[in-house]
Amino acid sequence: MSDVRIAGVGLTRFGEFPDRTSRDLFAEASGAAIEDAGIDRSDVEALFYGNFMGALAEHQGHQGPLMAEAAGVSAPATRFESACCSSGVAVREAVKRVRNGETDVLLVGGAERMTNMGTAGATEALAIAADDLWEVRAGMNFPGAYALMARAYFEEYGGSQEDLAHVAVKNHFNALENEMAQYQKEITVDDVLEAPTVSDPIGLYDSCPISDGAAAVVLVSDEYAREQGIDAPVAVTGTGQGGDRMALHDRDHLARSPAADFAAEEAYDDAGVGPDDVEVAEVHDCFTVAEVLAIESLGLFEVGEGIDAARRGETSHDGAVPVNLSGGLKAKGHPVGATGASQIAELTSLLRGDHVNSEHVEDATCGVAHNAGGTVASCVVHVLEVAQ
Amino acid sequence: MTGDYANAGYDEFVAAVAEGEAYYLECANGHGELPPRRVCPECGSTEFTEEPLPAAGEVRTYTVTHVAAPSFADDAPYVTAIADFGPVRITAQLRGIDPDDVETGMSVGLGVETTETTGADLLVVRPR
Ligand SMILES: [Zn+2]
Repeated sequence: MSDVRIAGVGLTRFGEFPDRTSRDLFAEASGAAIEDAGIDRSDVEALFYGNFMGALAEHQGHQGPLMAEAAGVSAPATRFESACCSSGVAVREAVKRVRNGETDVLLVGGAERMTNMGTAGATEALAIAADDLWEVRAGMNFPGAYALMARAYFEEYGGSQEDLAHVAVKNHFNALENEMAQYQKEITVDDVLEAPTVSDPIGLYDSCPISDGAAAVVLVSDEYAREQGIDAPVAVTGTGQGGDRMALHDRDHLARSPAADFAAEEAYDDAGVGPDDVEVAEVHDCFTVAEVLAIESLGLFEVGEGIDAARRGETSHDGAVPVNLSGGLKAKGHPVGATGASQIAELTSLLRGDHVNSEHVEDATCGVAHNAGGTVASCVVHVLEVAQ
Repeated sequence: MTGDYANAGYDEFVAAVAEGEAYYLECANGHGELPPRRVCPECGSTEFTEEPLPAAGEVRTYTVTHVAAPSFADDAPYVTAIADFGPVRITAQLRGIDPDDVETGMSVGLGVETTETTGADLLVVRPR
């Protein structure tokens, strides 16, 4: 089995670029990743590409070959769709492909174009990640779904909107110097609590924005890295994926994310590490409560104790385990098909020491990325380690 | 983005609720499911019987949606709830109560009404 090295990472800035096509976004991100890797484009043997709503947003299906072309890569290409963890799933399948020796160099990433649809259009399009018959027709949308979970959490374990507000404040603070982030703007707990309610108890500042953007990563086998003299200090050492019932109402727990529990355990076992080894995490905070569920599923906090982790400062840049030093989905943005790969890109930079926030995790050698789809009916977790 | 097409299984369920004859599918091991369903996702049983849905459901969690998707724009603000009806759980709009007075654990009954925005059929629960 080959070790999987991250040879290069690339991002577009996330934000509102309604006139930019997804092919242009992905061309920029993949170009940056290939340049960062220092490989020849002709060495890329496959593209795994994540995208969720391209058919709705820009009337474009069959995006795999389109994106290979945009990236200047002459290789077979496949699009992966798993709602907001589309590129997380693509990364996972890419890791397995390099591991089994079938492929030495793989380009993986994702893109999403959303803001051209307008907020209302994008909200309606995002809703197709829920069960159309039994959820969407009843008027449930994604802020609503996470609000249902947040209330269930408060009832079962306690907690308040103010606790959640601290998650948003922290993630905005983390994004201040991240030039790839959609928002580089500090906010206060009062800003969050005074913002308009979207779906009680979720407010506008508890929610990630609607974003355009792309992310890409070049994965290589350690043999290839050695032979080509490529400096790739970060390895993907663990991968895991969990699934659950599609509709939120069919879950065993409304205040927990069992698919993420499963994905985390599988990824930790795969890497031979545990939650205590994790020194930095990028998690799927599409809404503030989602970060709470994520850090509990990752085992960084006991169930019911993640709610005030941000308030206590334990997940802040100077806390025991900084969470979402990139700014997270909340402040960095959430172009859904790009998010999973973007988390891998940010975490790689943090561990390599070339991220604007690397100073906060200077000695870290182990990080974890958590990428969720829908109301966590899908979840992918990856463990990244600095190779010895 | 509800299309103008039939959805066998779902449509019959909604019609039955409207007639006051709501049912659910019970597998050989007692798991409750909503139609259409050929295999029980909990246990793999392929044998289902139609059982009457309990008249009283219990609200497990709810939210008041203020910012709605376009197809529910005129309905906002509205309450979305997940309610247990015996072995099945249903997501529905909760009507007939001030949103400030909604509580988890409250007893509700299931019906079919229409959305304010598009007039589409809508599963609704009301306090009972
Ligand atoms: Zn069963």
